[in-house]
Amino acid sequence: MFRYLIRRLLAAAVVIVVISLITFVIFFALPSNPALLACGKTCSPSRLAEIKHSLGLDQSLATQYWNFAKGIVAGRTFGDNSVVVQCSAPCLGISFASDTPVFQTLMQDFPVDLSLALGSAVIFLIVGVGLGVLAAVRKGRLADKLSVGFALLGVSLMPFFLGLVLLWAFVDKWQLLPAPGYTPITQDPVAWFEGLILPWATLVILFLAMYTRLSRSSMLEVLSEDYIRTARAKGLPRRTVILKHGLRAAITPIVTIFGMDFGYLIGGTAVITESVFGLNGIGKLAVDSVTNFDLPTILATTLFAAVAIVLANVVVDIVYGLIDPRVRLA
Amino acid sequence: MAIELSPQTADGTVPSTFLDVRDLRVHFPTEDGLVKSVDGVSFALEKGKTLGIVGESGSGKSVTSLALLGLHKGTRAQVSGEVWLDGNELVGLSEAEMRALRGEKVSMIFQDPLSALHPFYTVGNQIAEAYMVHHKVSKKEAKERAVEMLKRVGIPQPDRRVSDYPHQFSGGMRQRAMIAMSLVCNPELLIADEPTTALDVTVQAQILDLIADLQEEYGSAVIIITHDLGVVSQVADDILVMYGGRRIEYGSAREVLKHPEHPYTWGLLQSMPSLTGDVHAKLNPIKGTPPSLINLPSGCAFNPRCAFKDRVPDGRCTTERPELRPMAGNEKHIAACHLADEEKAEIRGTRDKTDRLAK
Repeated sequence: MFRYLIRRLLAAAVVIVVISLITFVIFFALPSNPALLACGKTCSPSRLAEIKHSLGLDQSLATQYWNFAKGIVAGRTFGDNSVVVQCSAPCLGISFASDTPVFQTLMQDFPVDLSLALGSAVIFLIVGVGLGVLAAVRKGRLADKLSVGFALLGVSLMPFFLGLVLLWAFVDKWQLLPAPGYTPITQDPVAWFEGLILPWATLVILFLAMYTRLSRSSMLEVLSEDYIRTARAKGLPRRTVILKHGLRAAITPIVTIFGMDFGYLIGGTAVITESVFGLNGIGKLAVDSVTNFDLPTILATTLFAAVAIVLANVVVDIVYGLIDPRVRLA
Repeated sequence: MAIELSPQTADGTVPSTFLDVRDLRVHFPTEDGLVKSVDGVSFALEKGKTLGIVGESGSGKSVTSLALLGLHKGTRAQVSGEVWLDGNELVGLSEAEMRALRGEKVSMIFQDPLSALHPFYTVGNQIAEAYMVHHKVSKKEAKERAVEMLKRVGIPQPDRRVSDYPHQFSGGMRQRAMIAMSLVCNPELLIADEPTTALDVTVQAQILDLIADLQEEYGSAVIIITHDLGVVSQVADDILVMYGGRRIEYGSAREVLKHPEHPYTWGLLQSMPSLTGDVHAKLNPIKGTPPSLINLPSGCAFNPRCAFKDRVPDGRCTTERPELRPMAGNEKHIAACHLADEEKAEIRGTRDKTDRLAK
C-alpha cells in the first residue's frame, strides 16, 4: 500500500509540473504584451521597458518559467533598485489589477469554494447513492421511477435558473432564509450554514442526477454478479447482501466520478452558482481576472483548479486501494 | 435406494424420502414468451446418496438447483410444484423462512469460484460470514472455524491462507475454498453445480474425491450437476438426464450408463472420449443445438436431432410427446422415448458391430 501511494504521488507531481508548464507557456507566450497590461493606458516607452525588466519579461521564456517555478517554491522579488515588490513563497505572481500577491487572494477566496464543495458533495453523494441503491433494488417499481425521474428533472435545470427560483422562493417570498452569502465558519457557524444552504441546494440538485443514475446502474450490474448469488445462497439477510456485498463493489465507479467532481468544485469551477448567489470564490476571481486580462491571476486560478483535480484523483486512487484489494496488491 | 414414478399431483402425504421433488416447474415470463426452463421435473434422494443431473447447457440443470435453494424467490420466475426436504415443503416457504435454511440445511457449490467468491473480501471472511449467519459465535470463533474448514478441504497453511483474497488462490484452491464455505454449517443437502468445470483433470479428480469424502463424513445428500458423464459415472448413485427442461431418462447410475434407453443419452455417451478406445477415433457429437425453451419442438423435444425417429411408425416422434415409462426388466429405470424395445436392441446391435469394426 505504501509503495502504491508513493507511486501515485510521484505521478501526480509530474502531472502538476507539466500542467504548470503548459499554462505558463500559453499565457506568457501569447502575442499579448503583459508589460503593457501591467503598465496601464497612459504609458511611456521608458516606463514600459522598466516594467518589462522588473517583471523579467526581457528574459528568455525558459528563464521566465524557471523564475516562476522557483517563485512557487522559494518566493520571489520583483523589480530592481527603485521599486521592490516582495512576493513570498508560494509566489504565483503579483496581480496586475490589485498589485497584491495572487496567492494571497487565492487563499482568501478558497474557503468559499471549500465550504461550497464540501457541503454540497457530502449531500449529493449520500443522497445520490442512496436513491441509486433504492432504485436498483426496486428496479421497475414506483420508487425506481420516482428517483430516476426526480434526478433527471434536477439535471435539466440550469443553475442560473434554479438558483434564481430558489432565491425568489426561499428568500423573497417565504423569507425562510437570509440572503445567501459567505460568512467564515470561524466567525459565525450559523450564518455560515444559513448563507450556504441555497448554493448547496443548487449544486446538489445539479449533481444528484448523475450520482443517482450512476449508482443505480452500477448497483444493478453488481447485483447480477455471481458473488451476490453466493451471498444469498449462504443465507445472508437481504440488507447484508445489498450493502456489504453489493454496495461495496458498486461504489468503485462512483468514487472515480466523485473525485473528479470534487476537484472540479474545489477548483472554483462552480462559477455560475457563485455568481448567482454573489459568493466571492475562486470561480468569480477567475472570471474577473479574464475580463481584466490580469495574466498572473488567470495563470494562478488555472493552475489551482488543475492541482485540485490532480490531488482529488490521488485521493481517489488511495480510496481505490482501500476498497479493492486487487488494486492494492497489484 | 427407492426410485419411483413420482405422482404428478400432491397426494396429501408427507414423503418419507429425505429429498422429494415433485413436478417442479420454473417458468420465466419474457417479452418473447414464457421460457419454460424447468418443466415438470421430479426426483428423490436419500441422505448419503448422490444424484447426478446431466444435460447440455440450457437443459434446466442449474435453474433446478437454484429452485431447491429458493433463489428464484423475489425474481420474476414462476416456481410451482413441490420440493419436500426432510418433511418440509420449500416452494411455499417465505423468503425469510427459506433464508434460514440456505447455507444451513441446503447449500451449494457454484461453478466458476472466481466469480462466485466476492473479490473484495478475504476467503476467511467469506467462510466465517457463512458460519456466523447461522451460529451465534464470536468473530474469532468463526475465523477459527474457517481455518479448520480450509484445513479440512486440503489447503496448505490454512492459518495463513485464511487472510488471502480469492484472486491470490489458484483455480483448484478457489474451488476448495468454495467447498469449505458450502460445508461450514454441515448442510444435509449439498448441491454442486458444475464443481469441476474449468479445472484440470487431476484437480477435477481431487475435488470429486473431496466431495465424496466429505459426504461420507457428514452423511449429506449430494446433487452433482454436470454436462460431463465422466464425472457422474465416478460419483453418482442415480442419474437424471434432462433435455429442454424435462426429464428424459432417470435411473440408477449403473443402469443408465450400462443400458441407456434414450437416444439423447446414447449421444451423450458417444460424445465422450474413452480412455481405452482408439486415440484416432473421432468423437461423435450430438448434431444440432439445444431447443428453444419458449417453443419446444412438438412431440418429443429431441426429435429434430434424433437419428432414429424414422424407426417409430406414423411420425409419432413429431406429434406425440413420449411419456416416461419403466424400461423392460427394471421398473426403476424410466425413459421418455417412443422407440420400441426391439428397435433399440437392433440399434444397439449394429452399433456394437461398428464399434468392434472400428477397433
